[in-house]
Amino acid sequence: MSARAFTPELSAQVCAEIDRWVGKFPAGRQRSAVLAALHAVQHENGGYLTPELMNAVADYLEMPPIQVYEIATFYSMFETKPVGRHSISVCTNISCMLRGADDIVAHIENRLGIRTGESTPDGRFYLKQEEECLAACCGAPMMMVDHRYYENLTPAAVDEVLDGLD
Amino acid sequence: MPEHDLVCFATRGFDSEPWSLDNYLSVGGYRAWQRVLDGELDRAAIIEQVKASGLRGRGGAGFPTGLKHSFMPREAPMQKYLVCNSDESEPGTCHDREILRLNPHSLIEGMAISAYAMGATVAYNYIRGEFIDEPVPRFEAALQEAYDAGWLGKDIRGSGIDVDIHTFVGAGAYICGEETGLLESLEGKPGKPRFKPPFPAQHGLYGAPTTINNTQSLASIPTIILKGPQWFVDVGVEGSSGTAIFSISGHVERPGNYELPLGIPFRKLLEIAGGMLGGRELKAVIPGGSSVPVMPAGNIIDATMDFDAIKAAGSSLGTGAVVVMDETTCMVGMLRRISRFYYAESCGQCTPCREGTGWLYRVLTRVMEGTGTHADLDMLVDVANKIEGHTICALGDAAAWPVQSFLKHFRHEFEYMIDHGGRSIVAAPDAAAA
Amino acid sequence: MDEKTVSIEVDGKPVEARAGQMLIDVTDRIGIYVPRFCYHGKLSVAANCRMCLVDVERAPKPLPACATPVTDGMKVSTRSARAISAQKATMEFLLINHPLDCPICDQGGECELQDLALGFGRGVSRYTEKKRVVADKNLGPLVSTDMTRCIHCTRCVRFGQEITGIQELGAVGRSEHMEIGTYIEQSVDHELSGNIIDLCPVGALNNKPYRFSARAWEMAVRPMISPHDCAGSNLYGHVLRGTLKRVVPRENEAINETWIADRDRYSCHGIYTEDRLNVPMIKRDREWLEVTWQEALASAAEAIAGAVADEGDGLGILASPGSTLAELYLLQRMAAGLGTAHLDHRLRRTDFRDQQADPVWPWLGSSIAGLEQLEGILLVGSNLRTEVPILAHRVRKAALAGADVGFVNPCDYEYLFDSAFVEAPFADFTRSLAGVLAAAAEDLDKPAPEHVAEAVSGAVVEAEHRAAARVLLGKERTLVLLGHIAQRHPRFADIRVLAAALAELVGGQLGYLPESANSVGAALAGCLPHRGIGGTAAQAAGYDVHGMLSSPRRGYILFGIEPDRDMAESELAEAALMSADAVVGFTAYVNDALLECADVLLPIGTFAETAGTYVNAEGAWQSFDAAADPVGDARPGWRVLRVLGNALGLADFDYRSAADVRDALRRELGEAPPPDNSYRGSLSIAALEPVDVDPAVLDVPIYAVDAVVRRSEPLQETVLGRARDESEEPLAASAS
Repeated sequence: MSARAFTPELSAQVCAEIDRWVGKFPAGRQRSAVLAALHAVQHENGGYLTPELMNAVADYLEMPPIQVYEIATFYSMFETKPVGRHSISVCTNISCMLRGADDIVAHIENRLGIRTGESTPDGRFYLKQEEECLAACCGAPMMMVDHRYYENLTPAAVDEVLDGLD
Repeated sequence: MPEHDLVCFATRGFDSEPWSLDNYLSVGGYRAWQRVLDGELDRAAIIEQVKASGLRGRGGAGFPTGLKHSFMPREAPMQKYLVCNSDESEPGTCHDREILRLNPHSLIEGMAISAYAMGATVAYNYIRGEFIDEPVPRFEAALQEAYDAGWLGKDIRGSGIDVDIHTFVGAGAYICGEETGLLESLEGKPGKPRFKPPFPAQHGLYGAPTTINNTQSLASIPTIILKGPQWFVDVGVEGSSGTAIFSISGHVERPGNYELPLGIPFRKLLEIAGGMLGGRELKAVIPGGSSVPVMPAGNIIDATMDFDAIKAAGSSLGTGAVVVMDETTCMVGMLRRISRFYYAESCGQCTPCREGTGWLYRVLTRVMEGTGTHADLDMLVDVANKIEGHTICALGDAAAWPVQSFLKHFRHEFEYMIDHGGRSIVAAPDAAAA
Repeated sequence: MDEKTVSIEVDGKPVEARAGQMLIDVTDRIGIYVPRFCYHGKLSVAANCRMCLVDVERAPKPLPACATPVTDGMKVSTRSARAISAQKATMEFLLINHPLDCPICDQGGECELQDLALGFGRGVSRYTEKKRVVADKNLGPLVSTDMTRCIHCTRCVRFGQEITGIQELGAVGRSEHMEIGTYIEQSVDHELSGNIIDLCPVGALNNKPYRFSARAWEMAVRPMISPHDCAGSNLYGHVLRGTLKRVVPRENEAINETWIADRDRYSCHGIYTEDRLNVPMIKRDREWLEVTWQEALASAAEAIAGAVADEGDGLGILASPGSTLAELYLLQRMAAGLGTAHLDHRLRRTDFRDQQADPVWPWLGSSIAGLEQLEGILLVGSNLRTEVPILAHRVRKAALAGADVGFVNPCDYEYLFDSAFVEAPFADFTRSLAGVLAAAAEDLDKPAPEHVAEAVSGAVVEAEHRAAARVLLGKERTLVLLGHIAQRHPRFADIRVLAAALAELVGGQLGYLPESANSVGAALAGCLPHRGIGGTAAQAAGYDVHGMLSSPRRGYILFGIEPDRDMAESELAEAALMSADAVVGFTAYVNDALLECADVLLPIGTFAETAGTYVNAEGAWQSFDAAADPVGDARPGWRVLRVLGNALGLADFDYRSAADVRDALRRELGEAPPPDNSYRGSLSIAALEPVDVDPAVLDVPIYAVDAVVRRSEPLQETVLGRARDESEEPLAASAS
C-alpha cells in the first residue's frame, strides 16, 4: 500500500485490515475505510473505542480527529465507553415486540442483574440498548450476541446461548 | 416448491449450500450476464428491457428501476458508480438478508449487468453493519467465487467489459438506508442525507454519477434479462410486475420470507403464512415496513398486494414487510415503539425531524404513563403534519405517517388509555369490544 | 437576454436571475427577506435548519430557498400560507428545546432566533415535555459556550471545515442528542476562530471575555479600523458609556469580507489595563512626578528645544507604524520645523542599505480581494497567518480556487492547503531564494539579470527550488510577496533584489506585506529619514532607525513605542536612549523601559480613543472617529502633537481635527502616488554567506506585535499566546 508512516497505536493486524479496505476505494478516498477501521480497532480492543484509538485511526486515514469522533458517535455499533466483552442486542422493534421481545429483555436483565444499557460488573456482558430492527423479523424474537444472530428465542434458548459464553 | 418461478430465491430450496456458484449456475445463473458479455445486448437494450419489465424498486419507494437507470449519463466518459443498498433496516423487513445469505450470486449478476448498463465499472454493495457475521462473509465468498470463475474483473471473458464489485459494511444507522445518507456513509462520513438536487445520477459517490438500487431490485434483473421483460410482467399484475419477497412477521403462525407474485390477495398471503397466530382475530397490518400507514383489518383483508391496490387502500407496499397484528395488540404501544425508533434513528441534521421525533415519542410515552390529554392527540397529528414534507430526506415523513395513520384508525385506543389512566384497551375487561 | 439568465417570479414580482443561482441569493438581492439560520453567504449550503422553506409553484412540498436553484419560469411565494406555515413549524421545533433564558443571554437583543421568534413564533409553547440540557464545552479563553441554546445549524462546524481549513468543532452523536463540540476537551485555536461567535445565530457561542458585561442594546456602535496589521480590517466597536466593550467585524467585501482575526476582536481587552498611563509624568531627580498637561508639555518642549539647541541634528524621532496618518504627518512636520531629518517608523527593519530603492509606499502588489484571482503566489519570508491573518485567509482561498502557492521560509509553517515549500534558514535565507531564482531562470532558459548573476550561479538548485519556481512559471497573474520575516532580515536588501529579479523574470508582480496598520501611511506622510511627503527625496538624508541608535542623539521623541518590545535592535535602543539628555515618550502605557529612559511621558489614547486614518496594504485610506473615551487624562496623540507644536513655536500647527490634519497631508500630496513596486535599484549581490540572525526579532509572535495586543489577557491565554511565554523562540513550533 502507501508509504504512510506506521502508527504505533494500531497493531500490524489492524493496519493490514484497514489497508485491505482502503484498497477498495479510489486513490485519495481512504477515509471511506473509516467504518471498517473502527470496526477492526474496536474488535481488537475488546468491544469499545478510546479517544487514543480514534486519534490513531484519524492519523492513519489522514482525517481530522473530530471527524472520526463524529463517526464513532453517529453509528450505533461503535461504543465510545468501556463495555462488557460480550455484547448482547435484543431486537425490540415491532415484529419482535409482537412476538415477546420485551419478555426476552426482562429475562436477560433478571439473569444478568443489570438494566439495558449496562454491563455486568465482572465485565462479561454488555446488554446494549438496541434501537434498530435487526432484520430477522420472521425469526422473532431474536437477539444478536457478538454479531451472531439467534432467532425464535425463548428464555431457555437465551440461557443456552449465554451459558456458552466465557 | 411454489407454483411459480422464483426470481430472487431461485436457489433457496436447495438442501446443500444454496448460495454456492454451482447451485446458482444450475438454475440458469450468469446466463444473462453471459449474453451481455457476448454482446447480445448493449447498454441501451438492457435498460430498455428493465424498463419494459415494469420492475419497481423494492427498497420502499417503488420507483421504476429501468427509468432510474436511464437517468445515468451512461455513455459519458467519467467514472460512474452503481451502489447496491443492502442496508436493510426498515422495521419488519428481512428479505435482503435472505438474498445475501442464500442466493448472493443473483445479486452479483444483477449488479454486474446493471453496472455495465449504466457505464459504471465499479459497484459497491453497502451491507448493514449488523450483517457482519453471516451475510457479509457469505456475500464476500460469493464475490470471490465470481472473480475466480471470471465473471467479474477487467476485460471479463475477453468482452472488453470491466466490472469490479466491492463489499462495504455499515455500522448501525437506519438512515444509511436513505440513498444519499448511504453515499455519505460510503464516503466515510456520518450518514446524513444530502439535499436534492443535485440527484445522485448527477452528483453521487465522490461527486460522480451514481445509481443506488435495492438488493432485491438488482437481484431481479438477471431473471428479467434471461426470461425477457414480458415474462416478468406476466408474473405480476398491471403496475406491479414480477414477484416480491414478502417478509411476513408478527401474529401469524408461520412468519417467513415468501417470494410471491405481486398482486396476490392479502387473504392468500395470510394463508401462506399459516393464518393468524392461535386463530385470533386480525386487528391491523402494516403492509410495507414501519414507515407506511397502518391499515385496519377491514381495509386490507380484501386488498391485493400490489403497489396500486395498497395505495388505493390507504397505505403503501413499501418494502413488502407485512407486519400482522392481532386483537391483543395495543396500538398505542405499537405507535410508541415506532416513534421511539424514528426518534433514535433521526440523523439529527434538520430541525423538524430532530426536534419533532423526540416530541412525538415523549407525548406518546406520557399517554402510556397515564398523563396524556385528549388535546395531546390533536397535537400529535399536528406535530406529525409539521414534520412531514419539511425535511431533507423521507425519514421525517416516515416518522409522521405512522402517527397520522394510527390516530386516524385507532384513535379510540388512545382515547381509552387517556381516559383510563394509561390502561390499554386490550387490557380492559371488555377488551373484545375493541 | 443572456442565455444564462432566467426569469422568475417572487411574490408576484418578475425577477431576472442567473440560472442555477440559489433562490435565497435572489431574494436577498431584491430585498425580500426569507428567514434563515443555517444559510450563510460565505459557507457551503447545509439546508438543515428548514427555516427558509418557501412555496414554489408545482413543487409538492415547500422548498428551502437556500438550496433551490432557480429555473426559468419558477414562481415563488415566500409569504403564502404554505410558506408561512412551514416557517412557523420550523420555528416551533427550534424553540421547544431552546431555553427561555434570553434575559441572561449575551445574545439577547442581537439574536437571530429571538428576532425571528417574534415574527414566526407562538405566544405560548405547546411543548410541555422536559427540555434538552446540553453540557457546556470549554473551548479556551476566547469563546464561551451555552450549548443548551444550540440550534444545530452547523455554521461553526462548516467554518472550520471550509474557512480555516482546520476542523475543530464537529457534530457529535446523532438525533436529538447531536451536540456541537470538540468531543474531547480542546480549545479552538485557529487565529480566526472568534468568528464562530458572529456566525452562531443564537447564544450558544459567545464572546468569553465580554460575557455578561453589557447588553447589546445599551451600547453605541462605532466603526473602527484594525490597528494590528496592514489589512485594515473594518470593525465595529461596541461602546458602553465611553468604554469599548467588544469588537465585531464590519462587513467589507474588499478587505475583510465578514471576518476578523481574533487579534482584532480581542485586543480591546488590552486597552483597560492597570498599566495605562493616566496622567502626564515628568522625571525630576530620577523620580517620576504626576503633573498637569501644561507642565508636562512645557517640560517636553523644553527637552526637545534643548536637543535641537544648536542644530536639529541632535534630535531623533521614532514613531510607531501603527500611529495614525495625522500623527505621522505632524511628526514629519515637527521634524521639518525643528530642522532634523532623523525620523523613522521602520522599527523592526535592520537593513537599510538599499532604502533608496524602496517604493514610495510598500504596496501589496494586488488588491486584497484580487489575491484570490492570482494564479501563482510565492511568499518570501512570511509567517503569513501570524503577520496578517486576514490575508492568509485570502491566500488560502486562492489556493483552494486553484492557484499555486509557495513559501520560501525558515520554517514550514502550517498552511491548511497544499503548497510548495523551500526551506530558507534564517541565517542563510538568500542562498535558498537564489536557488528559486536560478530554477526559474533555468526553466525559462533565460539568464538571470546581471546584478544577481553571480549569486544565481552560486546557487544550488534542488527539487524544492524548482517546485517553488513552478508556482510562478507559465502563468499570467503571479505575485512574489515579501513578508515580514524578509523585510526584517539583516539581508533584506539582497532578498529584495533576488525577489524583484524573480518577479521580473517570470513577468509577475513584486509585493510587500507592510509591517503594520499604517506603514503605508507613514511612508506617504514622509515619516522617513531619506524622503519627504509622498516619497520626495530629502534634501539631506537623516539617520534611519539604526543610525539614530548607533550614533546616539541628544534627545529623542518616542511616539507610541515600547522600546524594549517594538524594535528590532532593542538593546542598542536601550543604550542610546539611556545616554540621551532628554527622551519624550508619547505612550498609552507605563512601561519599565520607558520609565527607565524617558524624561517626560505623555499619555495618549490607544487606537480606540483617537480619530485618525490608516492606509492599508492596497493603498486604501480608511478614516475613523474615536470609538471610546480616552482613559484618565490621556488625549488623542495627534492633539498632543498639535499642542506641543504650538508650544515649540512651530508655524501652522493649528488643526481642529484629525481629519483637518489628514486633509492637509492630502493637499500636500496632491495626486496620491500610484502603487508602483517596480525595483529600480542596482544593488549587486555577490556573496551569499550566512549571517547572524536572531529568529525572535524576525518572527514576532501573533499576539506580541504591539502594546495593546500584548496586554490582552484573553489573547495571551490562548495556545498561540502562551507559546510565546513558554519559549523565547518564535512561533516555530510547527516547523518540521
